[in-house]
Amino acid sequence: METIVEKAKQIFDVHAIRADFPILSTMVNGKPLVYFDNGATSQKPKSVIDSIINYYSNTNSNIHRGVHHLSQLATDAYEVARTKVSHFIHAKSSSEIVFTKGTTEAINLVAQTWGRNYLKSGDEIVLTAMEHHANIVPWQMVCEQTGAVLKVIPMDENGELILEEAEKIIGLRTRMLAMMHVSNALGTINPVEKVMEMAKKVGALILLDGAQAVPHFKVDVQALDCDFYVFSSHKMFGPSGVGILYGKEKILAEIPPYQGGGDMIKTVTFEKTTYNEAPFKFEAGTPNIEGGIALGAAIDYLNAMNHAEVLNYENSLLHYGTDTLLNIDGVRIIGQAAQKVPVISFSIDGLHPYDVGFILDKQGIAVRTGHHCAQPVMDFFKVPGTIRASFAFYNTFEEIDIMIAAIHLAKKMLK
Amino acid sequence: MSILAKEAEIVEEFEMFEDWTEKYEYLIDLGRALPLIKEELKTDEYLIKGCQSQVWLDAELKNGKVFYKADSDAQIPKGIVSLLVRVMSDEPPEEIVKTELTFIDQIGLKEHLSPTRSNGLVSMVKQMKLYALAFQS
Repeated sequence: METIVEKAKQIFDVHAIRADFPILSTMVNGKPLVYFDNGATSQKPKSVIDSIINYYSNTNSNIHRGVHHLSQLATDAYEVARTKVSHFIHAKSSSEIVFTKGTTEAINLVAQTWGRNYLKSGDEIVLTAMEHHANIVPWQMVCEQTGAVLKVIPMDENGELILEEAEKIIGLRTRMLAMMHVSNALGTINPVEKVMEMAKKVGALILLDGAQAVPHFKVDVQALDCDFYVFSSHKMFGPSGVGILYGKEKILAEIPPYQGGGDMIKTVTFEKTTYNEAPFKFEAGTPNIEGGIALGAAIDYLNAMNHAEVLNYENSLLHYGTDTLLNIDGVRIIGQAAQKVPVISFSIDGLHPYDVGFILDKQGIAVRTGHHCAQPVMDFFKVPGTIRASFAFYNTFEEIDIMIAAIHLAKKMLK
Repeated sequence: MSILAKEAEIVEEFEMFEDWTEKYEYLIDLGRALPLIKEELKTDEYLIKGCQSQVWLDAELKNGKVFYKADSDAQIPKGIVSLLVRVMSDEPPEEIVKTELTFIDQIGLKEHLSPTRSNGLVSMVKQMKLYALAFQS
C-alpha cells in the first residue's frame, strides 16, 4: 500500500490542484476543512467562480431575445457552453443537449414528456435496486398516470447488480430501462453495457443517470448508444442549478415539450402555438444563463487534466481509504463492488451515523450521513443509514488519515 | 423547581467544560443514564421522525403536572432529549406552553435544534408543548 500511495503522490500534484479551489483552505470548527462530501456536491475551481463574476460584470443580458450587443454576447456564451457539453460527452450535435435545473429535472422531463405520452397500462419501466429517489419517484408518478408498472433489477451483498435476474426482468413489456451509471450510495460502477444490451434486444429506450459518473471518468454517449443521459453540473465542479439532459436527436424531435412559456415556441396565437425545435422546445423561460456558462468553464477545467492520472489517483484514494477504514474494529463497508468510483459508504457497529457524522464535523470533516436519498438501498443492507466519504481528485491521503483519527475519537466518545 | 431554575442549573453544569469533547461526553452520559421510554412504546404512534435520527415521546398528566418520557436512536440527540425532559417534566401544562427555552442556546447546543440537522429535536419541542396544551384544555 505504501508504495502505491507514494507512487500516486509522485505522479499527481494534488497541491497544485488544491490551490485552484479557494474553499479548500477554509477552517471549520477551528480545523482545516476536510471535504469528503463530493458525492453530494463538489467544490468549484476559481475559473468557474470567476466565470460567474465575469458574466455578471461584463455580459449579463437575456439570451435568444435581443439584437443588442450584450444579448448577443450572452447568447453566444450560453451556446458555446452547450457545445462544450456536447463535446464533453461526445454527443453528435449540440441540439441533443438540453439544459435543465439538474439531474432530477432531466429525469422528470423524460418521464412527463416521453413517459406520459407513450406509456400504456401494463407497460414496464425497469430500474435497479440501487436507484436514487430521483430515478424512482418520477417513474412512480408516471406509472400512476398511465398504468405502467415498475420492475426492479436486484443487487447482491456486494452492491452489484444480479445480471441473471436482469435477463428475467427485461422482456417484451419493457419500454424503458432507467438506471444509474454509478451508485451514489455505494459507489458501484454498473455494467451498463450488459444491461443495455438486454434492453436493446426488446426495443426498450434507455436512460442512464450519470450524475455520479461524469465527475470521475469520461463518458461517451455515442459509444454507449443510450437514448438519454442525464447529469448535474454541481457534482462535476460546476455551479448548482444546472443539469443536462442528453437525448438522441430523433427522440427529442418526436417527444412533446415539457413546460410552456417563452423561448420554447415558434409562434403563439390564442388559438394555436407552434413549438420551437429541440433543444429549445424543452427550455421554457429564462434559464440559469450564468450557470450554463460556468458549467462550460468547469468542462474546460476538466479537459485540461490528464484523465488517466486522475483516474489512477482517485483509485489510489479509494483503495487507501477502504484499507485504512477496514483496519478499524467494527467498520463495515456497504458496497464492495469490484468496480467503484472513490465513494466509501460505511457503518460502525453500535454507532448511529448521525453521532459519528457530528463528531467528524466537530473536527472539520465533512461527510454525508443518512440514507443518501436511496432508502431502498439502506433497507436492503438493513442499516438506518451510512456514513459516506466520497472523494474528488483534490482530496489527499493525509486527509484520509485525519478522518481515520477522527473516527477513533468518535468511537472513544460514543463507546 | 421552576423551568427557569432548571435551565440555570444546566447552564451552570455545562460551564465546567473546557472543550467540546468533554461537553459531548457529558451529554452522551446524560442520555445513557436515563431510562427514558419503554421499548414497547417505541412505536409509530410515539415516533417523531427525523430524516436521520428519530425521537420517541410520550407524556402523562399526574396531579396537574406533565411528565414526559422519551428516547432517541442516536446518542447525541438522546442526550439533548434527556435535558429537555429534565427541564419540562414535573411542570404544570400552562408553564410548559408559555415557556421559551433558552438553555440549549446558552450551553452551545443550538445547532442540534436547527431544522437542517433533521434529527427530530425541533419537532420534539413542539410536540412537548402540544401535549401540554392538550392537557391544559
